[in-house]
Amino acid sequence: MAQNMFLRMHNVSKTFPGVKALKNIDLEVEYGEIHALIGENGAGKSTLIKILSGVYQPDEGAEIIIDGVVQKTITPLDSLKRGIAVIYQDFSLFPNLSVAENIAMVSRVEKRKKIVNWRETNQIARSALDKLGLRIPLSKTLSELSVAKQQLVAIARALVNDAKLIVMDEPTSALSRGEVESLFSIIRNLKEQGISILFISHKLDELFAISDRFSILRDGKYVGTFGEDELDDDRLISLMVGRKIEYKIFEKRTLVDPIFEVRNLSKAGNFKDISFTLHRGEILGITGLVGAGRSELAQAIFGLNPSDSGELILEGKRLQVNAPEQAVQHGISYIPENRLTEGLILKKTMSDNICLTVLKQISSRHGLIEKAAQNKLVEKWIEEMHIRPNIPNMITSKLSGGNQQRVVLSKWLATDPKVLIVDEPTNGIDIGAKADIHQLLRDLSEQGMSIIVISSELPEILAIGDRVLVMRRGKIAATLDGKNLTQEEIMKEAL
Amino acid sequence: MNKDIQKKTKQTETPQEENRMRRLVKKVHLETKELVLLQILIGVFLLMSILSPGRFLSVYNLQSMAYQFPEFGIFALAMMVIVVTGGINLSITYSATLSSILGAVVLVSLNNLGVPPLVTIVIGVLVIIIISIACGALNGLIVAYIGITPMLATLGTMTLFEGIALNITKGGAISGFPDMFQWFGNSAILGIPVPLLIFVLVIIATYFILQRSSFGAKVYMIGCNPTATRFSGVNVRKVLFLLYIYSGILTGFAGIIMASRYNSAKESYGYTYLLQSVAAAVLGGTDISGGFGKVFGTVVSVLILQVISSGLNIFGVNRFITDVIMGMILIVVLTINFVNNRMEEKALLSKKVVTA
Repeated sequence: MAQNMFLRMHNVSKTFPGVKALKNIDLEVEYGEIHALIGENGAGKSTLIKILSGVYQPDEGAEIIIDGVVQKTITPLDSLKRGIAVIYQDFSLFPNLSVAENIAMVSRVEKRKKIVNWRETNQIARSALDKLGLRIPLSKTLSELSVAKQQLVAIARALVNDAKLIVMDEPTSALSRGEVESLFSIIRNLKEQGISILFISHKLDELFAISDRFSILRDGKYVGTFGEDELDDDRLISLMVGRKIEYKIFEKRTLVDPIFEVRNLSKAGNFKDISFTLHRGEILGITGLVGAGRSELAQAIFGLNPSDSGELILEGKRLQVNAPEQAVQHGISYIPENRLTEGLILKKTMSDNICLTVLKQISSRHGLIEKAAQNKLVEKWIEEMHIRPNIPNMITSKLSGGNQQRVVLSKWLATDPKVLIVDEPTNGIDIGAKADIHQLLRDLSEQGMSIIVISSELPEILAIGDRVLVMRRGKIAATLDGKNLTQEEIMKEAL
Repeated sequence: MNKDIQKKTKQTETPQEENRMRRLVKKVHLETKELVLLQILIGVFLLMSILSPGRFLSVYNLQSMAYQFPEFGIFALAMMVIVVTGGINLSITYSATLSSILGAVVLVSLNNLGVPPLVTIVIGVLVIIIISIACGALNGLIVAYIGITPMLATLGTMTLFEGIALNITKGGAISGFPDMFQWFGNSAILGIPVPLLIFVLVIIATYFILQRSSFGAKVYMIGCNPTATRFSGVNVRKVLFLLYIYSGILTGFAGIIMASRYNSAKESYGYTYLLQSVAAAVLGGTDISGGFGKVFGTVVSVLILQVISSGLNIFGVNRFITDVIMGMILIVVLTINFVNNRMEEKALLSKKVVTA
């Protein structure tokens, strides 16, 4: 058995400051196998791929064997030399260069060629395209090609580099049906030549159409590897979403007092025709796959990404929101998904961060900050949110994920918002702190705050969402009542 | 439920651990860069005094220093406030000289028309301030609203200001101000040179604006992370725009002092201060990538650089060698800062991950 394996990863873990992204992952890919790697957003697929391609180093104790060679460490160059080629969603090609140059680029760099040999470049490119049975003019500039053709160029480039395992991250997301078919026939052709494919996708029908085996990740953990005959849609979904995480399920409420209304909001390329109503004291969950337009919608409401058309109505009044400062004035707060780059100013202290949204409150008429007022405010929030360690001058980058999120929450709760939008509120924080934040959001809603929770973590949505809005490809796919809702019901709408 | 979790979080953080962290924070507070700078200043001052007691400590030398460094200090602060945002303002000296040249044109014309000196000077000074505000506003417009990188934007305006100034002066200097105008650069109140008084006012104003006001708090946050600051509902563009205007006003003050001290206005006055200002700001602990930097540190660095250059001048060291020495000092200090930061980062990374 072991001899058939091109790749064996065993006991691979990866810890980032504040969060364990991967825990003891196993992954084995046979020679000439089409292997699907699946899991929800944030399950750890990308992290695993980045370890395989040498971008990240795994924690100690990982065993990685590629093509029979034990790898102590993997650098990006090792990974390439061992025959691993990753085709990212953006292909990492050079749009301003010709097809031939793009394909021959790697070998050119590898041979440390200083002078361009056009004949050789064309030969390399031609033979790679022949292997795939493709006809693409070599001299064409890449940016003139369709997305599907660009992808094929990326595959051809991988072949030039003698790839034995091609990793494809969401390869079909931008392709039409026909293009997907031709991509699949090429993938099958590669398989015939003994090349392994690691296929990452969300589209279950496609996965079943092409994959030999499935490895499933969930919350950074390895769920298992299954043959095609062992799985069907429902089983796969339930393995992906799992049932392990048990949050406290809050009693769902039916609220009737509308406070905030979104009418026909559209933004080209992001979302289309979004309408919903948020009630006073309600928690509205918004979910969907990555790229469904959830964050874009939230940022449109907050004025970061103003919409093209549509209306926002708060307490009966039409709002004009073209910039975040306007949203804040109206009482709309937005806690972004990316705590580390958008939510916090990591190099600054807790105190600096918490006060940033409420500088007016703690300043005198002349605009000077009153230290006493500042300290009082910061201490109040540290106390109320149980931020630990409770040192106002602590640099926020040194806090744990959960405490960082509490700082971000404090900073926004200090503005006393009417509508609070939280984007992935528990992303990358551990389970105890997650439950804590759920409780906090629930408490706030009971005090009358209206909250929109955006999350890809379905158990979270199910735990706290009074109603759940599912987005798919920029549109609202369904609005579901939170009572007795299941993950499967949501997943069916989202996929 | 909530209380249970509270207890749990408390248990994971032992009191000792909390104390340790408290101490860590306190220690960082004591080891301020400013204190080190102050020691360096005292050190170089004593060194120069010992090496050349008669001349360095002479009333003449101390007085001439007191007239010299204010304009440099004001430029350094004009530079520093922008460096704190992660930007740079290369146009400071030409903004100063363009303002003072236009002011000089007004001063000379009104003087020739026989307008009373006091009225002439008030109008002339107003013109200088207004032009410097306009220069700052142009920088702010290009950087904050159009979004061009500060270095390129101010490189452009620097050349623009120089060009306009040269077109007015045709390469020469403009002189013929009312005698009273020299008051700004060459006289003293109760023995304190007027330029020094202006500098002190600028220091106080900059300190309050940058380090004590809510506006300043936003400036530091923008310097660290403009995205997160914008996500916090701060109008980042407006803050930057106003700050460039403030930087411009400061160059106007420097322009007034220079025009008064030299009793003329010329486009090249003070151009050597440009890079020295960056040096003073960075030496004073301003992070060139933005977010950190204090008025006090910058001012002390200005003094350090002034003491060194005056001292070397007294020893009769060639002007060009002085430049070499200043350059080396800067490189050494920056290297030390860089290595220190690197080690801090490494220490942070190797530290065990604290989870709540």
